[in-house]
Amino acid sequence: MPEMYEVIENVVLAEKVNRYRIYAPDIAKRRRAGQFIILRIDVDGERIPLTIADADPEAGTLTLVVQEVGKTTARMTRLKLGERFLDVVGPLGAPTHIEKFGTVAVIGGGIGIAPAHPIAQALLEAGNRVVSILGARTQSLIIMEEEMRRASDEVLVCTDDGSYGTHGLVTDILKERIESEGKPDLVFAIGPVIMMKFVCKLTAEYDIPTVVSLNPIMVDGTGMCGGCRVSVGGKSKFACVEGPEFDGHQVDFEELIKRQAFYREQEKESYECFLAECREKNTK
Amino acid sequence: MNDQIDQKEIERLKGLKNKERMEIPRQKMPEQHPEERRSNFREVPHGLPPMSAVLEASRCIQCKQPKCIEGCPVGIDIPGFIARVAAGDFLGGIRKMKETNMLPAICGRVCPQESQCEQVCILAKRKEPVAIGRLERFVADWEREQGKMETPRVGAPTGKSVGVVGCGPAGLTVAIDLRRAGHEVVIYEALHAPGGVLMYGIPEFRLPKKIVNAEVDVVRKMGVEIRYNHIVGKLENLDELLDRHDAVFLGTGAGLPWFMGIEGENLCGVYSANEYLTRSNLMRAYDFPRADTPIARSKRVAVIGGGNVAMDSARTAVRLGAEEVYLVYRRSQVEMPARDEEIEHAKEEGVILKILHNPVRYIGDEKGRVIQAECIRMELGEPDASGRRRPVPLEGSEFVIDVDTVVVAIGNGPNPLVPATTKGLDVDPRRGTIKTNLNTMHTSKKGVFAGGDIAIGAATVILAMGHGRKAARSMNLYLQSGEWDIEYLPGEEPAPEEEVDKKKS
Ligand SMILES: Cc1cc2nc3c(=O)[nH]c(=O)nc-3n(C[C@H](O)[C@H](O)[C@H](O)COP(=O)(O)OP(=O)(O)OC[C@H]3O[C@@H](n4cnc5c(N)ncnc54)[C@H](O)[C@@H]3O)c2cc1C
Ligand code: SF4
Ligand code: FES
Repeated sequence: MPEMYEVIENVVLAEKVNRYRIYAPDIAKRRRAGQFIILRIDVDGERIPLTIADADPEAGTLTLVVQEVGKTTARMTRLKLGERFLDVVGPLGAPTHIEKFGTVAVIGGGIGIAPAHPIAQALLEAGNRVVSILGARTQSLIIMEEEMRRASDEVLVCTDDGSYGTHGLVTDILKERIESEGKPDLVFAIGPVIMMKFVCKLTAEYDIPTVVSLNPIMVDGTGMCGGCRVSVGGKSKFACVEGPEFDGHQVDFEELIKRQAFYREQEKESYECFLAECREKNTK
Repeated sequence: MNDQIDQKEIERLKGLKNKERMEIPRQKMPEQHPEERRSNFREVPHGLPPMSAVLEASRCIQCKQPKCIEGCPVGIDIPGFIARVAAGDFLGGIRKMKETNMLPAICGRVCPQESQCEQVCILAKRKEPVAIGRLERFVADWEREQGKMETPRVGAPTGKSVGVVGCGPAGLTVAIDLRRAGHEVVIYEALHAPGGVLMYGIPEFRLPKKIVNAEVDVVRKMGVEIRYNHIVGKLENLDELLDRHDAVFLGTGAGLPWFMGIEGENLCGVYSANEYLTRSNLMRAYDFPRADTPIARSKRVAVIGGGNVAMDSARTAVRLGAEEVYLVYRRSQVEMPARDEEIEHAKEEGVILKILHNPVRYIGDEKGRVIQAECIRMELGEPDASGRRRPVPLEGSEFVIDVDTVVVAIGNGPNPLVPATTKGLDVDPRRGTIKTNLNTMHTSKKGVFAGGDIAIGAATVILAMGHGRKAARSMNLYLQSGEWDIEYLPGEEPAPEEEVDKKKS
């Protein structure tokens, strides 16, 4: 049997994007679509939130798809099979509210496709017609297309550079869809904040209810620190317990973008420090 | 350390008359100089040297009816342990202490003795009270430093099992007492470390984490299992715990930070005290980039509030390198709930008190970072429900202070997660606390007990421990008898006249 929080799989999906499977049987049994975990690599590690992309209750594993953006995620890509995380806690956040809405457009941007996957799956199972729209900068960053096809009635793909699928943004595709086939009953958008913001702007024009999944900076994930607060409908909410999903038309995205950037300088410093250390080790 | 003991002196002190004892000055702990400690996280006071402890203990006149014990929420035999210290029998002293208090190195450091045992000490009437807290800390530190920490004996297995939710002082105390009685105990803790507020909230310079770890180690050695990263209400519900355990204790604390709801509170650089302290303590952000967790690199910090949490935040900000730290409090210094010692320490370290001030909004720059706090002056009006004079804003007295960081330390509410995910667990609708019979620590749900901050709102370590102690006795009774419907513990039913007294007050 694997050890608690052991890395069972670590594969490269795209440039700087890895898929991990971690042994965490209790969480794997419990988690539902839309929930996340917080993990810590070692005693010096930061606690970082990551959305659960999938889980296998039988094998006791969680699947995470993670992009390397800083020191912690860089260290993760270097984890070997059999190594383990020091701490994994979850499932956190409220699960996605699933019911039969009718037609639902599930929009995944970049690595946001990973957390969009269990939501599409659950919506399909609940009898919805699921139209998934996947977008990324370039072809290699379109991940999990096969899985999304299995979890959707239809999949539309676009890239910013036109290297794959339609040349354009997810909002272009959504707009075209609405114009040609009418409004979906609900839109789910998960991805970069800027993408969610523009999806919401568009769906507000058409008056389509839209759910977004937010990823502010977190510490504990239990409602104890308030570091994760976001403004929704003019009120402050703790995303880790009251979210992470919110009515996208109520979210103050500008504030979220700024709050996410607060530690950018330190993050960069810590990342560069780490990469320099790695280089030093390699040359020795 | 033992060789520093002067037996002759001990003998001399033994022969002193009470009047002579009272002439001995209260012994001070040597401490780090303010200039030095401003830039490190090491503990501020160093603790009494052994002979100072003996001298301090010799000040106690061993009252026949000691007031100090009544002033102690857990009823430590204070003259009993002090007598042993006075005799140079430190091991005897710590053993006496541990009959009632298993976490003395912690309590000796963080208990508000000045408003408990020391306040009522008979010496306080004429001179300064016996330094009970310093002596408590002394015996506990002596035991640990001498490598003499003992693991209490565990009772014969009863076959019963108890789940404890939360590894703060309340939960730890319950666990110790129930293990002593022979029950199996599992503690479920949401975070990755034990101690609750002792670990994530109270800073290293006031309570070194190695001391918390040492005291928790004893709990572990008693055979208590601690499961970290286990959030009850998320990973499993309370009812599932009850399927596995014969009884459950809830010690989930008051970990929900309050904000004022004023403009600009979500600007970058505005923290709750919980976040600020958790980053610095639990995540060791002061050691960034060696530790991965960052914290604001502040120059000018405003801490809002006047309690221990505010003092801890302000003193943390000083140590993280801030040039100017303001403590903004809406009443005057006498109303500050923080311990006098903390206020003094903060002032010595250069924290600037802005009393009778209240923030009204925060102003940010184009990056969404806080750059100013707009405050208003206050004056004290009529006393309010708490008996303290109500602060009222002085119209038109608004002004701004330049700041790059704000720490909101105006209080914490009870953690709502467990009640929100449990049926049949009544909550006080106004305060959010779990409704608990404070005689028996019963909740409204059979088999479930509660204590500490979750039962009464943010309070103190020692009250949490007192609750834990009471809950353990009550749980023991329940596990043995299966009897739930009691109002008082046997032997603790109020005498009729006491009840009359209560009505009067
Ligand atoms: C900064 C600060 C300074 C303080 N200074 C002092 C002082 O000097 N002196 C003093 O006497 N008191 C002080 N206090 C107050 C004191 O720390 C508390 O009253 C005391 O810790 C309460 O103990 P507790 O066991 O009830 O809860 P806590 O210490 O809050 O512990 C609760 C534990 O339960 C865990 N938990 C919560 N929910 C769950 C869940 N659903 N599942 C699993 N685990 C859960 C939490 O993670 C936490 O570890 C201070 C408080 C703060 C915040
Ligand atoms: S009240 Fe003071 S002098 Fe009397 S026994 Fe207690 S500590 Fe000693
Ligand atoms: S992450 Fe601390 S309250 Fe949400």
